[in-house]
Amino acid sequence: MDAFIAQVLSGLVTGGIYASVALALVMIYQATHLVNFAQGELAMFCTYLAWTMLDAGFPYWAAFAATIALAFVCGVVIERVVIRPIGESSVLAVVVVFIGLLVIFNSLAGWIFTYTVKPFPSPFPAEPLFGNHYVSSHGIGAIGVTLVVLALLYAFFRFTSLGLAMRAAAQNPVSARLVGIRVGWTRALGWGLAAAVGSIAGMMVAPTVYLDPNMMAGILLYAFAAALVGGIDNPWGAVAGGFLVGVLENLLGAYVIGTELKLTVALVLIVGVLVIRPSGLFGRVTVKRV
Amino acid sequence: MSALLEAGQLEAWYGATQVLHGVSFSMAPGSIATLLGANGAGKTTTLRALCGMVRTRGAVRLDGQSIAAMATEDIVRLGVAHVPDGRGTFLDLTTEENLRLGGYARGNRRELAGDIERMYGYFPRLKERRAQQAGTLSGGEQQMLAIARALMLRPRLLLLDEPSFGLAPLLVAAIFDILRTINAREKVGILLVEQNAALALELADQVFLLETGRIVIAGAAATMRDNDAVRRSYLGY
Repeated sequence: MDAFIAQVLSGLVTGGIYASVALALVMIYQATHLVNFAQGELAMFCTYLAWTMLDAGFPYWAAFAATIALAFVCGVVIERVVIRPIGESSVLAVVVVFIGLLVIFNSLAGWIFTYTVKPFPSPFPAEPLFGNHYVSSHGIGAIGVTLVVLALLYAFFRFTSLGLAMRAAAQNPVSARLVGIRVGWTRALGWGLAAAVGSIAGMMVAPTVYLDPNMMAGILLYAFAAALVGGIDNPWGAVAGGFLVGVLENLLGAYVIGTELKLTVALVLIVGVLVIRPSGLFGRVTVKRV
Repeated sequence: MSALLEAGQLEAWYGATQVLHGVSFSMAPGSIATLLGANGAGKTTTLRALCGMVRTRGAVRLDGQSIAAMATEDIVRLGVAHVPDGRGTFLDLTTEENLRLGGYARGNRRELAGDIERMYGYFPRLKERRAQQAGTLSGGEQQMLAIARALMLRPRLLLLDEPSFGLAPLLVAAIFDILRTINAREKVGILLVEQNAALALELADQVFLLETGRIVIAGAAATMRDNDAVRRSYLGY
């Protein structure tokens, strides 16, 4: 039983990471109806920026905050410089650009920081919290950080004018322009926020999986599965899906299929959801009267 | 006094297809004008061209200021509210969120709450539906919401595309009454596109008749009602 609880809890820890990346995917999907394949690599690259600052002797939380800010700027710049010019052209063109960005960030990280695996510090104490033996302090801390991020995003979208404007622009860009919303900028802002959320996920996962340019490859796949399971147009679904996929992956890995086939879980989930229920578990059904 | 809105030789395209071939007219401040014309004459396109939603050439002036090459959101910020074809409601957002968005471009956010209450005064039904998803409102309620959302901008000029579309006659009459009140009380100029010519002629001061992308007749509404050609083509008697 103990082992089972430990598996579930550590599943929740990784699930929180998947949830964050899935949320970043959903945010961009909602605004553009495209899945940003470069989301994970961007997060990885930002984590390297954090590592550089820590290496230079910055205190952890200062580096943490600076990385989030840099990631935000990075997201905005990518939208402005790369995504906006191709704008409304074919889906294929945009997908190719996403894949291009993925490769660019991956190689850039390898070129600047080398492919050697680097340890990344955790801001949380090494000894387990509350004397529990199930989950590390870092695990609890990571879940905590994830939940705080989610709460902040929720508050932003729910209670601020800008958040409302972003939701409106994602839903109906033409009408959004007609109430004076600068849709181009809300989109760039969405990219910035998504990149910032992704960078937090990167910094939270790096202490466990160690930092290397391919760190996010598997995670992006799980996050993609999470977003699909939850419904790619539903932020709450993405978060729930993230935790669900994290736990499922861990339990299946521990008791059913073994660790070698763990990544297959994500792929099976992706294919399964697309075949059986493309809208996902919590895919929103909009009531519409004509 | 300069005209509230002035269009000079306005042309517009969808892709390679030219839809407007030199539309010229002008509206006095605080007046109500209506664009009449058959389907495909370019009424909706004219409204879109005025606020930069299609590719255009020619002059558009708002209170003397050229807005021809401006982005839609900047024109809106100058006080041009547009209730588009299909109403443009944010269906997944609540009634009240739709209204808040209507006032998004305004500098003074503190007046918003008061203005939302004012809109509920005009349209009490919306108050009952304030927390409801806008997509679940009836057609009439959605039309009220669209007009209220546009008024939240406190516009100088209100562009209305077929406010009577798909509504029961009683409701249409109620909405036109409110438009009249709003025009008188808030000094908002209204440019109305309307299939129901009889209604439009009753409300408007000026009439512009569009035919295949050109204005063929312009004049005061009172004289147009007596114009035989207009009567035969648009009023049906």
